[in-house]
Amino acid sequence: MGMLEALPINEFVFFINKGVLAGLIIGSIYALGAVGVTLIFGILRFAHFPHGDMMTLGAFVALMLTALAPGVGDLVGLPTAFVLMPLAMIVTAFVAVWLDKAFYAPLRRANVKPVVIVMASIGVMLMMQGLIRLFAGTGTRQLDTGSKDIYRLAVGGRDIVLTEPQVLLFAFTAVAVVALHLFLTRSRMGKAMRAMSDNPDLARVSGISTDSVVRTTWIIAGALAAAGGTLLALDVTLKPDLSFNIILPIFAAAIVGGIGQPYGAIAGGLLVGFTETLAVFNWSVLLRPLKPLLPDWFEIPAKIAFVPTEYKIVVPFFILIAVLIWRPTGIFKGKLLK
Amino acid sequence: MTERTRAFALFSGLAILVALVFAWLGVAYGVRMMVEAACFALIALGLTIQWGYAGLFNTGIMGFIAIAAFVSMIVSYPVNGLFWEGHGPGMLARAGLFLIIGACATYLVSQCTRIGVPKKLCNLLTVMAAAATYLVVQSALDPAAALIESEARFVGGLGLPVWLAWAAGGAAAGALGWSMGRITLGLRADYMAIATLGIAEIVKAFLKNADWLTKGTLTVSPLPWPVPTPNELGFVLSRSAYLSVVAVLIVVTYVLLERAWHSPWGRMMRAIRDNEVAAAAMGKDVNRRRLEMFVLGNIIIGVGGAALITFTSIFDPGGFTPLNHTFLIWVMVILGGSGNNLGTIFGALLVYIIWTMSEPAALFLFEQGAYWSERLFGLEAPGDLATRALQMRVFVIGLAITLVLRFAPRGLLPEKDVRYE
Repeated sequence: MGMLEALPINEFVFFINKGVLAGLIIGSIYALGAVGVTLIFGILRFAHFPHGDMMTLGAFVALMLTALAPGVGDLVGLPTAFVLMPLAMIVTAFVAVWLDKAFYAPLRRANVKPVVIVMASIGVMLMMQGLIRLFAGTGTRQLDTGSKDIYRLAVGGRDIVLTEPQVLLFAFTAVAVVALHLFLTRSRMGKAMRAMSDNPDLARVSGISTDSVVRTTWIIAGALAAAGGTLLALDVTLKPDLSFNIILPIFAAAIVGGIGQPYGAIAGGLLVGFTETLAVFNWSVLLRPLKPLLPDWFEIPAKIAFVPTEYKIVVPFFILIAVLIWRPTGIFKGKLLK
Repeated sequence: MTERTRAFALFSGLAILVALVFAWLGVAYGVRMMVEAACFALIALGLTIQWGYAGLFNTGIMGFIAIAAFVSMIVSYPVNGLFWEGHGPGMLARAGLFLIIGACATYLVSQCTRIGVPKKLCNLLTVMAAAATYLVVQSALDPAAALIESEARFVGGLGLPVWLAWAAGGAAAGALGWSMGRITLGLRADYMAIATLGIAEIVKAFLKNADWLTKGTLTVSPLPWPVPTPNELGFVLSRSAYLSVVAVLIVVTYVLLERAWHSPWGRMMRAIRDNEVAAAAMGKDVNRRRLEMFVLGNIIIGVGGAALITFTSIFDPGGFTPLNHTFLIWVMVILGGSGNNLGTIFGALLVYIIWTMSEPAALFLFEQGAYWSERLFGLEAPGDLATRALQMRVFVIGLAITLVLRFAPRGLLPEKDVRYE
């Protein structure tokens, strides 16, 4: 018992709660968004700026469905918004396909420069932002109105704490990753998508239908974005003005992982999430148990964090810049679009 | 219709519009709107260099405006005696000294491959040295910032003339643009869009939270004007004087840009924009030229931004929004005609007038809508109707961008095709 007390269990659990788990949670959200961004970037060759708003849209659709049928969750014992999430994913996927038809496809047919499509995507981003805030207002909303189930795992004096939405988020991300892997490696359409991403001209002359590949890309991207948005809103709150603050880490994740590499996007999402969390983490908590070992004159500052919380957005940006300078193809050797 | 008559017709229409606004809302309001529109026109000229001449995609105009406005504020604001008498300058100098020592040490460590240290170890050591420098400087800066805030509120300005402040603002925006351009210009435009969007948010976050430099959310005012202020001359006269200063800036910039556009240099820039490979094959250093363009554009954006914020007479870091200070300017440029300086100025004036008029119009429409839906259907309007109504403008800006790109990609006054016989 004496040995156990001497060990810094409390601080360690604190680190797991506030560092590891928090990083894993936000990293999973980024990963779900970055998969869509990297697929679109790889196949349609442009940076899809409205992705953050697509996530918000998915969460908003889930919110509306929850308001329409509040009792569904109790039937299966899960949060209603999570049970209805597949519907929100379908709706968002439809919206994504429609947006492509209405705004990007005509420009692609007119054979404009890629940068014009990026600009159009910024226009679409502003339109979505405006519409979502027009209908949802600018305040935050609670997606999960009921009380959250909290799981505690007692370790020493302090508990490792996880809420139900967080467990669902991990489970969903894991399932989505495996499903995506199987889809991309086993199915015909998945192989066609990879071929299209590797060499569009070669794919086209070998008889792959560009239209159906593009449609599938939007369906996957839209569905995953809706899931990411809903799960984020379930875990914290639904903020209609998330847009810029989430699109930057997602782009960073996609570029770190390598453009066109879905597995890279997942790794990149987790990397960005962890770095962000650990950069604002207060490390002095971990130094406190070492106090008896340190010389007397050395005073542990109350707060040692690499980045103050209000500058959190700097972290993904620096990751992005570092990758662009030293390894523009990303860690998974993605494409470097010229 | 020839180009000239088209431009004449468009500008005549604009003049009628301006006259209507003057008649409806009074001279003082009209002149204020015109000054702001003129500042936006200057910023739009900076963007048309980047986009119209060189095809560079800058989505971080807000950041460049903000940094220029901040530097201009620091240079022109009256000296804060409390700060210079207190301990603040000494502590800042200490932090600065740490920074210089740390930077030198980091540089030396990064050169350690020369004495036979393996590359990987060397990189690791460099990163560690940089991190240590950062932590030391931060720990020296934090108490300094806290002390300045309690002693003197903020560092105050240098009390120098306003024209110098604007030049300094332009230089700061250009320097920031240079560092961004160095990183992203070799890559595709998408990366530049992402990076500039990010830097704009970071500049804003920095200015908003560095209370010791900018007073943060408490805002700095009144900023000194280059011309006598309304207190001395009255609104109409002083604003007219300000308008003439900005107008002179626009005319000078316009003439210089037209000259540059028709010079061999302008021809080279168009060649690079239209066919990068061919230009490179002719021996042009594509990335270097683009960097030149990007920095030049940002300097003009910076001067315009400094003029805009000086006119409002209040430096509020929270007041910079991507919509007002980035995307509105994009609409001005692509609607007016990118690559055509006259078209850009026209677009800026027109879009800004519509923009200012749209605020009361949107509110009116929404209030009417709420009133009638309540009377006819018994629906109750949400309480935050005013903020929601303004979101409609976000939607309209986005719609304008997508529609112009699809149906009028060359704008109202298209770029002139220059032919060499």
